[in-house]
Amino acid sequence: MRTGVRREDEAPRGGGPAGGRTRPPRMRRLARRLRGWGGVSAMAAACALTAAVLLPLAQAAPEDGPAAAVRPPGSVAAVPQAPWTLTDTCPDPEASLRPSAGDGPTIERIRKAGKLVAGVDQNSFAWGYRNPVDGRLDGFDIALVRAIAKDILGDENAVIYRAIPTNQRIPALQEGRVDVVVRTMTINCKRLEDVAFSTAYFEAGQQVLAPKGSPITGYDASLKDRRICTAAGSTAETALKAQAYGAVPVSVPNQLDCLVRLQLGEVDGIITDNALAAGQAAQDPSVRLVGSPFTKEFYGVAMHKGAPDLVRRVNKVLEDYRAGGGGSPWMQAYARHLGPVLPGVAGPPAPKYRD
Amino acid sequence: MAITTRAPAPAGGAGGPAAGPPAGPPGPGTAWAEGVERLRAAATTEPGRLRIIGALVAGIVLLFGAVTVWEVAGRVGSAEDVVGRSQPLSADAASIYRSLADADTASSSGFLAGADEPREVRQRYEKDMAGASRLLVSAAANAGEDAESRRQITLLGEQLPRYTGLIEQARANNRQGLPLGGAYLRYANEQMSTQLLPAAQRLYEAETGRLYADYDNARSLPLASLGAGILALAALGWAQHRNYRRTNRVFNRGLVAATAATLVALLWLAVGHAVARSSLAEARTEGQESLKVLTDARIAALQARANENLTLIARGAVLAADKKSDKYDVDFAANMKDLDAGLEKALRLADDDKGREPVASAADGVRQWKQRHAAARETDLRGDYQAALPQVIGDRDHKDSSGASFDTVDASLERALAHEQAEFTRAARSGLGAFGGLVTGSAALAVAGAAAVLLGIGRRLSEYR
Repeated sequence: MRTGVRREDEAPRGGGPAGGRTRPPRMRRLARRLRGWGGVSAMAAACALTAAVLLPLAQAAPEDGPAAAVRPPGSVAAVPQAPWTLTDTCPDPEASLRPSAGDGPTIERIRKAGKLVAGVDQNSFAWGYRNPVDGRLDGFDIALVRAIAKDILGDENAVIYRAIPTNQRIPALQEGRVDVVVRTMTINCKRLEDVAFSTAYFEAGQQVLAPKGSPITGYDASLKDRRICTAAGSTAETALKAQAYGAVPVSVPNQLDCLVRLQLGEVDGIITDNALAAGQAAQDPSVRLVGSPFTKEFYGVAMHKGAPDLVRRVNKVLEDYRAGGGGSPWMQAYARHLGPVLPGVAGPPAPKYRD
Repeated sequence: MAITTRAPAPAGGAGGPAAGPPAGPPGPGTAWAEGVERLRAAATTEPGRLRIIGALVAGIVLLFGAVTVWEVAGRVGSAEDVVGRSQPLSADAASIYRSLADADTASSSGFLAGADEPREVRQRYEKDMAGASRLLVSAAANAGEDAESRRQITLLGEQLPRYTGLIEQARANNRQGLPLGGAYLRYANEQMSTQLLPAAQRLYEAETGRLYADYDNARSLPLASLGAGILALAALGWAQHRNYRRTNRVFNRGLVAATAATLVALLWLAVGHAVARSSLAEARTEGQESLKVLTDARIAALQARANENLTLIARGAVLAADKKSDKYDVDFAANMKDLDAGLEKALRLADDDKGREPVASAADGVRQWKQRHAAARETDLRGDYQAALPQVIGDRDHKDSSGASFDTVDASLERALAHEQAEFTRAARSGLGAFGGLVTGSAALAVAGAAAVLLGIGRRLSEYR
C-alpha cells in the first residue's frame, strides 16, 4: 500500500481539535475505494460505476459512507467550485512503529502496577460513554482498551479508567497520568510532536447529518441557504469556511450542541466527524447521515512519546484485533457499538508502518 | 383682604374716592387700576396702612403654612413610597434575580444526580420558577410608565418558558443516560447567564433606581417652606418693630402669638425633616446599600455553584477564551472572586455585630468551599470522575462536599439579607414617623398665626374708632 504514495497539497492548515492531514493521492484512493466496494452489496457495486465515472470530479472518497455513492450525479456536476480538501503538514502521520510482542520498560511498569491506566471519554455515545443500563463505561473505544489490558495483563478488567476532557488528552499523557488515551483521537502531525500514536484503528470522515426528510443530500449544493452547524475550531468549520456551498454557518462550542440546535429548529443540518455524528444519530432517531464523508481522518491510540515498547505492543494488539476478517474482534466490536448507527463500514483501515 | 372690605374707619378723610363711580365700562384693566387707586388712597392714612400691613403679614404666615403643607406632603408621600412601594418592588426584583440564579443552580445539581435527583432539589427548582413567575406578574402590574422596567419584564416573560423547556429536555435526555442531556443543560445555562440573569439584573437596577429617586425626593430640603417661614418671621418682626416705634408699646399680643406659632411651625419643620432625613440616610446607607451588595454576593455564589456543577457536566467539552482551560472552571473562579469582593464590602458596610456575624460566617463558608472545590477538581483532573462527583454533590458518605459549603454560604447570606432588610425597614419607618403630624400641625399653626395677626392688628385699628 505504501509504495508509490506521494503527497499533495501539503500547505499547513490551522489544526482544530479534529485536526487535519494530507489528502492521499488519487491512485491510492482508487485502490482503497475498490477494496472498500469489494465487501459491499450488489447495489453499491452497481453504483460503483457511477462513482468511477465521477472520480475525476469527486475528491471526497465515499468508500466507508453508509450511503456511499447515492449522491445524485447531477448535484456534483451542478457545482462549479472545487470541493474542499483536508491537508496536513507532514507525510503519512498515521504510519506507526512495527508491532512487537516483546516487553520493555513501560510494559514492565504497567505489569508491576497491575493495572492499565486508560484515558477515555465518558460523553461520546457509542465510543466511550456510561451505559445508562448499568452506569458502566461502554463503547468501541472501551472495547479496545479492554483488549489491550487483556494482552498486557491477561485480564481485560485490569483497567483504571480516567475520564479526561478533550483538552486534557495530551497533558494527561505527558504528565504520566495515563498510559494510553483511547478517545476518538485523530492522528495528525501537530499531535505527533507531543505524543506517539498506534496504527489507525478507525477511519472517520467529515459528513453531513440532517433530519430525515430534509432536502439536504450531503456536502454539496443542497446546503444552499441552509443553516449548517459546526463545532468551533473543528475541521468541519474550516471546511465550511473554505467551501460553504451557500450555507449559513452556525458555530457552537461542542459538536453535541449542534444536535441541540437541530432539535430546537435553530439549524437545518450539521457537519461533523461521521463517528461522532453516529453518536448523535443514536441519540436522536429522527436524524441521519447523508451523502458521503468528504475527508479521511484516522483514529489512533495515543501514548507517551518515550514509550516505543508500548506503541509496538499496542500495534501488535491491533494486528490481532483486526485479524479474522468478518469475525475479527474489530468487526464484532463494530457490529455491537457502531453497526446500527454507522452502517456500511467493511472493515478496519489497513495499518501503515514507517520502519 | 377681609380687612379692606370692612366698613371704612371713621378717621382719615379720604374715604370718598374708594366708592368710585361705576359708570365706566369695568374691564379687567380698569378694575385693577381701581384697586391700586383704592390701596393708594388707603395708604395715605394710618388705619389704611395698618389694614394693608395686617393683610400682608397674615398672608405671608398663611403662605408659609401652605408651602409647608405642599412640600412636606410631597416628602411624606415619597417616604411612604420608599417604605411601602419602591423598596418592596426593589426587593421583589432582587428576589426574581435570585430565584433565577437559584433555579439554574438547582437544575444543574439535580442533573448531576441524574435519575437519583433528590426530591428537595427538584422542589427547590420548581419553587424558584413559581416564585419568579409570580413576582414577574406583580412587577409588571407595578412597573407603571417605567420603560426600562417594562422592557426587562417583557424579555424575562419571553425567555423564562424557553429556559424551562430546555431544562426539561435536558432532564428527559439525562434520564435516558444520553450525553445530549448535558448539551441541553449547557444551552439552558447559557440562556440563563446571557439573557435572563442580565435582564433580571437590569430590572433590579431600574427598580433600585426608582427607590433611590424616592429617597432623594423624601430627603430633599424643603427650601421654599424654610424660606417662607423666615420671611414670615421677618414680616412679623418688622410689624412689631413698627408698632413699637409708633405706639411705644413693646408687645402686641396678637402679633406675639403669631410669631410664636410661626416659630414653632418653622422649628418643627426644620427638626422633623432633619430627623427624617437622617433616618432615611441611615436606611439607605446601612440598609439598602448592604442589601445591594449582599444580593450581588449571593448571585455570585449561586453562579459559582452552577459553574462548579457544569464543570462536571460539560467534562471539558467547552473551552475558555484561551482555548486551553475549561470554560466553566474559569467562570467559577471569576464568580468566586466577585463573591470574595462582595463579602469584604458587606463586612465593611455591616454596622453592628448582628450584621457582621452572618457575613463572617459566609466568608468562612467560602474559604471551606474553595478548599473542597480544589480537592474535587484535583480528583476530577486525575480522571477519577466517579470520586469527584460525590466530593461536589455529596452523598451519604460525603457530608463534607463542596455543595455543603455552598449551602452554608447561601444560608449565611440569606440571614445577612434578612437582617439588613429589617434594619432598612426600621430606619425607613422611623424616618417616615418623623414626618408624623407635620402636615396638619403646620397647617393649624399657620391658620392660628394668621388669625392672631388679624386680631392683633384689629386691636390697634379699634383705637382709631
